[in-house]
Amino acid sequence: MPARLSFGRWSYSLDNVIVFFREQGKGMVEPKNCVTLVKFLFSLTILHHVRDIKDPEHPYSLEELKVVSEDAIELDDEHNYVRITFTPTVEHCSMATVIGLCLRVKLMRSLPSRYKVDIRVAPGTHATEAAVNKQLNDKERVAAALENPNLVEMVDECLAPTYE
Amino acid sequence: MENEGTVGLDCNFELKEVQKLEGHTDRVWGLAWNPVTGLAGVPSVLASCSGDKTVRIWQQAAATGSWECKAVLDETHTRTVRSCAWSPSGKMLATASFDATTAIWENVGDDFECVATLEGHENEVKSVCWNSSGSLLATCGRDKSVWIWEVQPGHEFECVSVLQGHTQDVKMVLWHPSIDLLVSVSYDNTIKIWAEDGESDDWHCVQTLGDSFSGHSSTVWAVSFNSTGDKMVTCSDDLTLKIWDTSLDLTASGSDSSGLWRHLCTLSGYHDRTIFSVHWSRDGVIASGAGDDTIRLFKEIPSDVVNGPSYNMICKKEKVHSMDVNSVQWHPKVPTILASASDDGYIKIWELKAIS
Repeated sequence: MPARLSFGRWSYSLDNVIVFFREQGKGMVEPKNCVTLVKFLFSLTILHHVRDIKDPEHPYSLEELKVVSEDAIELDDEHNYVRITFTPTVEHCSMATVIGLCLRVKLMRSLPSRYKVDIRVAPGTHATEAAVNKQLNDKERVAAALENPNLVEMVDECLAPTYE
Repeated sequence: MENEGTVGLDCNFELKEVQKLEGHTDRVWGLAWNPVTGLAGVPSVLASCSGDKTVRIWQQAAATGSWECKAVLDETHTRTVRSCAWSPSGKMLATASFDATTAIWENVGDDFECVATLEGHENEVKSVCWNSSGSLLATCGRDKSVWIWEVQPGHEFECVSVLQGHTQDVKMVLWHPSIDLLVSVSYDNTIKIWAEDGESDDWHCVQTLGDSFSGHSSTVWAVSFNSTGDKMVTCSDDLTLKIWDTSLDLTASGSDSSGLWRHLCTLSGYHDRTIFSVHWSRDGVIASGAGDDTIRLFKEIPSDVVNGPSYNMICKKEKVHSMDVNSVQWHPKVPTILASASDDGYIKIWELKAIS
C-alpha cells in the first residue's frame, strides 16, 4: 500500500520518499534523511498552496495550464527562502504580473512571515521578462497594488479555489 | 574601486538594542527624527509612518529615558503613508502617501493639526523632503515626476516646478544639507541631480548618474549626504552601496552646479537582499538596512593616496527585525543612536558601542 499524504481534496504519493529511503538500504532513518523528508514535504506544501489558483483569464487552475508545477518551487528552508518560477501560457501574456501577484499574495497569506519569497517568470518564456520580474519583486509596487480594490478583487477571485 | 565583503572586516563596534517601539499595525516604511530635539533638555522626538495609514510620534521620557507614543496622526491619509519629514525648525511634519497627497502637519502643543494637503501627483507619492532653509518642499512618486513646492505664508504651498526626466517611478527625493540642490533616485536605476537655473528661475536636471557613470544596475531606493554635503551614498536593489563625491564649491553663493558628481567607490558583497535604506551619520558612519533583516555600518578609512578613500564595515547586526528593514535613521544630535523600521511592524532604537 503506497504511502500517501492528504491535504483537503489533494492526496500526494510519498513513493519518491519511500524509494529514496529504500535505496539507502538501511532500516534506520538517519537524521540527514529526515531533513530531506521535511524539505520534500515542505515543497509539496507550497505547491499545494498555489496549484489551485485560478488563471485570471481562463476557468482553469495554474497547474492545469502548466503555469506552475513541482519543479517551479525552489526551497532553502535553512535560509527561509522560497522561489517560484512560473511559466506564462503565451509569450505576450498580459496577465503575467497578475499571476505573479496571485502567487505572492497566496504565499504571504500561507507561509510564516520570516520567509523571503522571490517570484519570477521562467527564463525565455515572456516577451518582457525582466520588466515583469522587476515589478513582481518590488515590494513597494506590490504594496501599492494591494491597495487597489479592483486588483485585490481580481486576486481574491483567482485565490478563491485554493481555500475550498 | 570595489570593496568586497570579505576584505578588511573590522567589526569592532556593536549595536545594542535600547527599546522596541510597538504600536503600528502594519509594516513601518519610514522614520524621521525631529531635528531640533535631543539636546539641552529637549526630549528626542521621532516620527514613523506605516502601511496602517497612520503616522506615530514617539518621544523619549525625560525621567526614564524610555520611548512612548505621544500622538497618532490618523484619519487624514486613506492609504499607506510612505514617507515623513520634519521641517528644519521641527515645527512642521510633511507626510507622503499612496493616496496621492502630501499632508502638512503643525505641532501645536502636544497636538498635531493637518494644516495643508498638497495635491497634484497622479497617484502614489513616495517621498517628501524640506530644503535646508525650510522654504521649499520636494515630493516624488509613481507618476515619474518630482514636484517642487514653495512654502508661503499662511500654510500655502505653491508648486513652482514639475520635473520630468525619470522614465519610471521615483523612489526618493533628498535636498542637499546646505545648498538648494535636489537629488532623486528611481526604479529606472538612475540618480538625478536637479538645480535652479539662476536666470530663468526654472529647475532642470544638471546630471544623471546612470550606466555611463558606474551607476546602479537596478532600482535605487535611497540616498543620503554626509554632514558636509561633499559626498553622498546611494543604495539599490543591485545589492550595492555607491559613494559619490563632488567638486562643487559648496561655500560659493549662487552655486555653479556644473561641478557635478562622480563615482568614488562601490560597496558590494555585503547585503544579500535589496538594500532599502541608507543613512550617513554626523560622525561619518554609514548605516544600511536591507531585505536580509540586517543592518550594516561602514566607515571611511584614512585616505590612501593611490587608491583613494575606501570604506570598512565596522559592524554587522543580523536579525535586527524578523522581516525586511525598510528604514535606518541616525539621531541628528546624538550620533550613536540609530532607529530602524521594519515590515514586522516594529521600530527599534539602537545604541552604537565600541567593543572593548
